[in-house]
Amino acid sequence: MSGDIMLETRRQIGICNACRYCEGYCSVFPSINLKRNISDADILNLANLCHNCRGCYYACQYIEPHEFALNLPKILAELRQKSWRDHVWPAAFSSIFHSGAMAAGGALIAGFALFIWQARMLRPESGEGFYAAISHAMLLALFLPAFMFALFSVAISLRRYWKSIGGGRISPGDFLFALRMAAGMRDLSGGHGQGCNYEDQDRYSNARRWFHQAAMYGFGLCFAATCAGTVLHYGFDLKAPYALTSLPKLLGISGGVLLCAGTLGLGWLKLKADRNLGAAALWGGEMAFVVLLFTVSLSGLALAAFAANGLTGFLLPLHLGAVLAFFLLVPYSKMIHGFYRFAALLHDAARSRSA
Amino acid sequence: MLPSPESGSEIIVIGGGNAALCAAMSAAEAGARVQLLEAAPRPCRGGNSRHTRNFRCMHKAPNAVLTDVYGEEEYFDDLLKVTAGHTDERLAKLVIRASEGCYAWMQAHGVYFQPSLSGALSLARTNAFFLGGGTALLNAYYRKARALGVTILYEAEVSHLDVQEDKVRELVFTHEGRSRRISPRAVIAASGGFESNPGWLAEAWGPAAKNFITRGTAYNQGMVLKDLLDQGAQSVSDPAQCHAVAIDGRAPKFDGGIVTRLDCVPFSIVVNKNAARFYDEGEDVWPKRYAIWGRLVAAQPDQIAYAIIDSTSLELFMPSVFPPEKADTIEELAVKLGLPPQKLSQTVNAYNAACAPGRFHPSEMDGLATKGLTPPKSNWARALTTPPFYGYSLRTGITFTYLGLKVDEKARVQGANGAVENLWAAGEIMAGSILGQGYLAGIGMTIGTVFGRIAGQEAANYVR
Repeated sequence: MSGDIMLETRRQIGICNACRYCEGYCSVFPSINLKRNISDADILNLANLCHNCRGCYYACQYIEPHEFALNLPKILAELRQKSWRDHVWPAAFSSIFHSGAMAAGGALIAGFALFIWQARMLRPESGEGFYAAISHAMLLALFLPAFMFALFSVAISLRRYWKSIGGGRISPGDFLFALRMAAGMRDLSGGHGQGCNYEDQDRYSNARRWFHQAAMYGFGLCFAATCAGTVLHYGFDLKAPYALTSLPKLLGISGGVLLCAGTLGLGWLKLKADRNLGAAALWGGEMAFVVLLFTVSLSGLALAAFAANGLTGFLLPLHLGAVLAFFLLVPYSKMIHGFYRFAALLHDAARSRSA
Repeated sequence: MLPSPESGSEIIVIGGGNAALCAAMSAAEAGARVQLLEAAPRPCRGGNSRHTRNFRCMHKAPNAVLTDVYGEEEYFDDLLKVTAGHTDERLAKLVIRASEGCYAWMQAHGVYFQPSLSGALSLARTNAFFLGGGTALLNAYYRKARALGVTILYEAEVSHLDVQEDKVRELVFTHEGRSRRISPRAVIAASGGFESNPGWLAEAWGPAAKNFITRGTAYNQGMVLKDLLDQGAQSVSDPAQCHAVAIDGRAPKFDGGIVTRLDCVPFSIVVNKNAARFYDEGEDVWPKRYAIWGRLVAAQPDQIAYAIIDSTSLELFMPSVFPPEKADTIEELAVKLGLPPQKLSQTVNAYNAACAPGRFHPSEMDGLATKGLTPPKSNWARALTTPPFYGYSLRTGITFTYLGLKVDEKARVQGANGAVENLWAAGEIMAGSILGQGYLAGIGMTIGTVFGRIAGQEAANYVR
């Protein structure tokens, strides 16, 4: 089966290379056209270049019932998923991608239970705010290894992927180019700013691009809030809870709102979009991941809003459980797409430059 | 209860391609109630327009996608050259002048343009390419038409327009297995030619037609065209005129579109099924010879030919969707292609012996010609000596037919006694007036857009 995906992708992009009508949509098509005989390594990278905007599908004169039966967004999504599984570390965890919904749900419940248990059994003797329920040392003891493990796993996966696609040296220009593409989500712009064909068949819309931006920058702000807290804690000996106007709170709340809106929007669009234009078997897992991120952001915001109301006993374990589940799943879930996509953009920039 | 499809529509547009939609949108914007009858089912809608990629556009200054300038005189000269004068100057100039305004009009109706595609850079000055091609253009137009209140029926096949005393009195069509009769106040015929109708092609071309491949839609049966011609509508061009090119012989019978084209002829020798050459493969640059090879292949036994190249030429042309047959010797290649090996070997040897050393230049006429060979190869004649050797089969691929309805500058169909009062035509069904023979890339979409808009406005004025 796995060999068939590569072969089928090769067949489909052979048709694209003879047609070329979609050249203006995104990075994928110019990359297809770059060489007459495209290698498996390059095809693999196409799969991670594709943002599943579906412009090419709705514009295609060769989709079913045509006998050429093109469905490029779908086959690239399947190959993309396969590339994540094939390069994951440790390899035994690759099946988590397939059981995404169960994994996300299970990890969330386990995380929630862990922190409920912790609050009951290992409650600190003293502490202010959240530290009344969980000590700083305990937070560190749980989250630091989880975070480091995720980081390490992603790094190994990416290194393996980079080797598979024949990635080489990257110039500062390539890096800046890839950064610009990713920061602006240019590959979801439809080439002319008109957007994707995602949630309402062939109608162009920027909804997915903006929701994704909200989720991506929201996540970034939340991460920055954590970093700011760490700096304040260790650098300035300023400990949580922080005031509403403090840097961690400002970053965290704005990030939380963006992430909440972004994931809500992405989930809503995903419900409306045609599942047959993506990796249909993994739809549930992808959706579960969106829900998990939404839970992280919503529970975080709720904590900020209701910290004083005695709901902390429920909200804090939920939030911490969701965040822990998230970190543990980063290398084995949809979240990994961001890392691969950036690598794909980097490699494509270098490849176009040297062509 | 759902309203019956015939209720309330003043104008019926027959067809579902570019011209039909331009007509429907224009009429709806002028305030008319419009219904569009598309013969194809929803996934195959749009006629040949869904295989197109650009339109030829006059312009006095460069814009976002068109370079330099392309003026009326030059445009008309280009048309004269390809048609050898078989064009109605009045209608042609009307189309050319109006093409300039089409660009903005198309954008306003949802079309996005992109710079000329890689592999088609020679058209960057004259032709504006649709982002995503013709199917994307049609998607935008169908959405816009619906937003303007046009009702659309798929699988609605018109069989008869009853024309009495120079007026369409009744229209007969089938939809969902039921025959329906309606009496619209105005009708716009934009239902294309007859290139998908094997019976009619055989009438015009004889039994050879059974080996032709239709490059576009399977739904251009020419029923409306035939029905109107049978009732005395004046015609332009003749049934034997069609745009026929040599395409990959393995192409599907219909809708192969752009990917089955083969641009290898200038770098090949082309032989028939008896492994004999029959025409100068290097007569002129490919864009100028592209459209004669359909007829050349049609004249060969079994309407098939084979292009043979060696490995030095493999990457000099746009790839077809089907990989070529490949072999280390000419004889082996002949076996794979089903050609007589001895004979092909002799043909290649004779050709190789006639090749002379010289400078080879793939993108211009390099004068590298054979000596003492019949037929000669006048350019790009390099000996086929570097294995592996490659072979493609070639068949006649029909893009569209030219036989059409005669119209005036208001797009009104001309009956036996002059204009039919409430019948207009646009697109391929009337393009033969402007394009009597030959082809100018992208002008089909220009004619469809310009005459579609005129027909829509005129029909709306009529019913108001």
